[in-house]
Amino acid sequence: MPPLPIPEHPPVAWYLILSAILFGLGVAGFLFRRNIITVFMSIELMLNAVNLSFIAFSYQLKQVSGHIFTFFVMVVAAAEAAVGLAIILTIYKNKSTLEVDEINSLNN
Amino acid sequence: MTAFYTGTDHFAVLPALLLALFGCAVLLFEFVLPVGMASRRALAALTLAGEGFTAYSLYRQHSYLSSQGWPALTAFQGAVTIDGLALAFNWMFLAAAGLAALISYRYLETEGEHSGEYYGLLLFAQFGMFFLASGTDLIVQFTGLETMALSFYVLVGFLRGRRRSNEAALKYFVLGVLSSGLILYGFSVLYGISGSTKLSAVAGAVAGRGAGDPLIWLAVATLGAGLFFKIAAAPFHMWAPDAYDGGPTPVVAYLSVASKAAAFVLLLRLFLGPLAAAREAWQGLTVMVALASLAVGTIAALSQDNVKRLLAYSSIAHGGYVLLGLVAGNARGLQGIVVYLLTYVFMNTGAFLVLVLLRRGEAEGNHIDDLSGLMRRSPAAAVLMLLFLLSLGGLPPSSGFIAKYYIFLALVESGHYALAAVGAIFAAAGLYYYFRLVKTMFGGRELAGEPLAASMGTRVAMVSTAVVTLGLGLYPEPLLQLALLPVKP
Amino acid sequence: MIDTALFYVFALMTLGGGILCITRRNAVHAAIWLIASLMGVAGLFLLQRAEFLFAVQIVLYIGGIMVLFLFVIMLINLDTAAAERQYSGQWKLALGAVVLAGGEIAWVMARGLPGLGAAAAVQDGGEGGSDGNVERLADLLFSEYLLPFEIVSILLLAAIVGSVFLARRRTS
Repeated sequence: MPPLPIPEHPPVAWYLILSAILFGLGVAGFLFRRNIITVFMSIELMLNAVNLSFIAFSYQLKQVSGHIFTFFVMVVAAAEAAVGLAIILTIYKNKSTLEVDEINSLNN
Repeated sequence: MTAFYTGTDHFAVLPALLLALFGCAVLLFEFVLPVGMASRRALAALTLAGEGFTAYSLYRQHSYLSSQGWPALTAFQGAVTIDGLALAFNWMFLAAAGLAALISYRYLETEGEHSGEYYGLLLFAQFGMFFLASGTDLIVQFTGLETMALSFYVLVGFLRGRRRSNEAALKYFVLGVLSSGLILYGFSVLYGISGSTKLSAVAGAVAGRGAGDPLIWLAVATLGAGLFFKIAAAPFHMWAPDAYDGGPTPVVAYLSVASKAAAFVLLLRLFLGPLAAAREAWQGLTVMVALASLAVGTIAALSQDNVKRLLAYSSIAHGGYVLLGLVAGNARGLQGIVVYLLTYVFMNTGAFLVLVLLRRGEAEGNHIDDLSGLMRRSPAAAVLMLLFLLSLGGLPPSSGFIAKYYIFLALVESGHYALAAVGAIFAAAGLYYYFRLVKTMFGGRELAGEPLAASMGTRVAMVSTAVVTLGLGLYPEPLLQLALLPVKP
Repeated sequence: MIDTALFYVFALMTLGGGILCITRRNAVHAAIWLIASLMGVAGLFLLQRAEFLFAVQIVLYIGGIMVLFLFVIMLINLDTAAAERQYSGQWKLALGAVVLAGGEIAWVMARGLPGLGAAAAVQDGGEGGSDGNVERLADLLFSEYLLPFEIVSILLLAAIVGSVFLARRRTS
């Protein structure tokens, strides 16, 4: 039987394309969903896509700087999640809906 | 063994170090001091002391560099660069933060949310901005950006009991994180093509690939989108009117000048640094965004009755003018950008300052009718507001005129005659909504209410913003000297 | 061969988890699918020899951030939200725009990648005797990237102070 045309190791391009698709998914969730918590989760997807991208470039270039960048991105993501969820809690305490479209008392 | 924290490193980041120190000190003292008015006054004073020390360290950097003939001082193996551009913007951030601290005191007392965390976050935001102005490494810039952004998300939502403030914070947060994600994606592409996080290495890689490369195009597109969100340039401006309307007025003043300037310096560091070789990729995009900002800002402000939203849209338009300075692409353009942003710090903060004065009792002070008859109620406030509105509109003898003049001069000198003409038309159209406010102040029926009293801090802020706005308009020499910093060799 | 098979497994986890996360009605379900997606990403990190980040992803992202998400979801009790309309009206248009943008980015990546082979030389941090992933990371983190490390400490302080301030019960 001839050898299957499956590569030994996945080329870096696959990781980068996967990261691009994941980033797209994150943006899609951000645009579509009305529930604010799900919008937050889409943002986390986007940040993970960027992390994947950094690691992929780092792997190709045989460096560790990309890992360091990813490390910092994770720290920032944690801080942002904390602040964002705190903001959601303050909104929830003052009114009980989480629909993005209904949060419009500021509109003219 | 290489030393990783040398004397030069210390000298370079000393202002940021002081800001962090005073921020922590404010938080610590709030915990230690007894609850009461005197303690709050002490915390405000501590913040201003911190600004003073930071000003001194910036002054030391300034005089050292000018005595050496303006070399670019690099620190941390090239991650931080103190040059003319960094100094000019760091002075701007200092002015904005100092003014914000001065005008916040009475406002927060009225709102009942006066606590030390406010001053701490104000200082931490300035800390982050320092690294945007002087950072020449992608990681340093990113962490500085996020420190500033996170502090601002909380500051905008600071009036915890008010729904409007909560919603403003949410809208600002959501779009802020999206833009950070976009900027980060652009950074990842820049890292990927160069193998390094230092801007100098990225510049080499970009120059090697040229502007037509698809990866460069991708980096420009994502970075541009993210940065234009941060600047609140159309069509990425959606968060600004809501955030400006709902946030506490002193925070909005700080946000509108400092955060915008910080985003601009990041834009300048990237687009005039590593991406300078790829100018064809971003020139067209920037022109369109600048024109869209002018159009949206001017047209939407024409029909606004809420003064804070009006100032938000005018802010969007001002961003457009500054972007035109970038489009011009010559040294005069960069000079114009610095002049514009510096005068903008004072005149915009001044306008918001008058709004802060109007906040008393139940009156919010945000609606145009709250300005009605201000001339009779408090002539000083009305005259000041007149001065700031004139400056925002770009009329002589205010510093706003000098700013617009430089931008248009830069456009004409680089051959962009059509853009200069369009800009002038929008500037003229913008005068309409500023004059609408003036007319209400001087002509409307007078509102009942006691005359406006100002705290000591607010009075100092009033005097300084007025002096700078009028003074630099009459005698622009010091301003121009400062503006020449970024273009020194 | 094994590497490629594992890549497919983890990629499926990542994308599948992602898609399911953004389409679930129930917020808790969405959070669980996001956890699955993050596990997939962690696996991909491990495949690319980023052992330290594999561990950090699981401990920090899944064990920290997602647990925080779940706490807040439970606190807010989103049963009522699950009954409300979930998708914006123009979803078809938005879907088209996103597919277009995502496809363009993927195409750009695929086209621009061959040029990446000739990138900068291998960079080693400091004295370079160590070979392990964690050692090399630590070398760089405390030498060349010391400044961002310190900046992030202030960032975390600001985030902690800010989120506690916003979320705590008002005493006045």
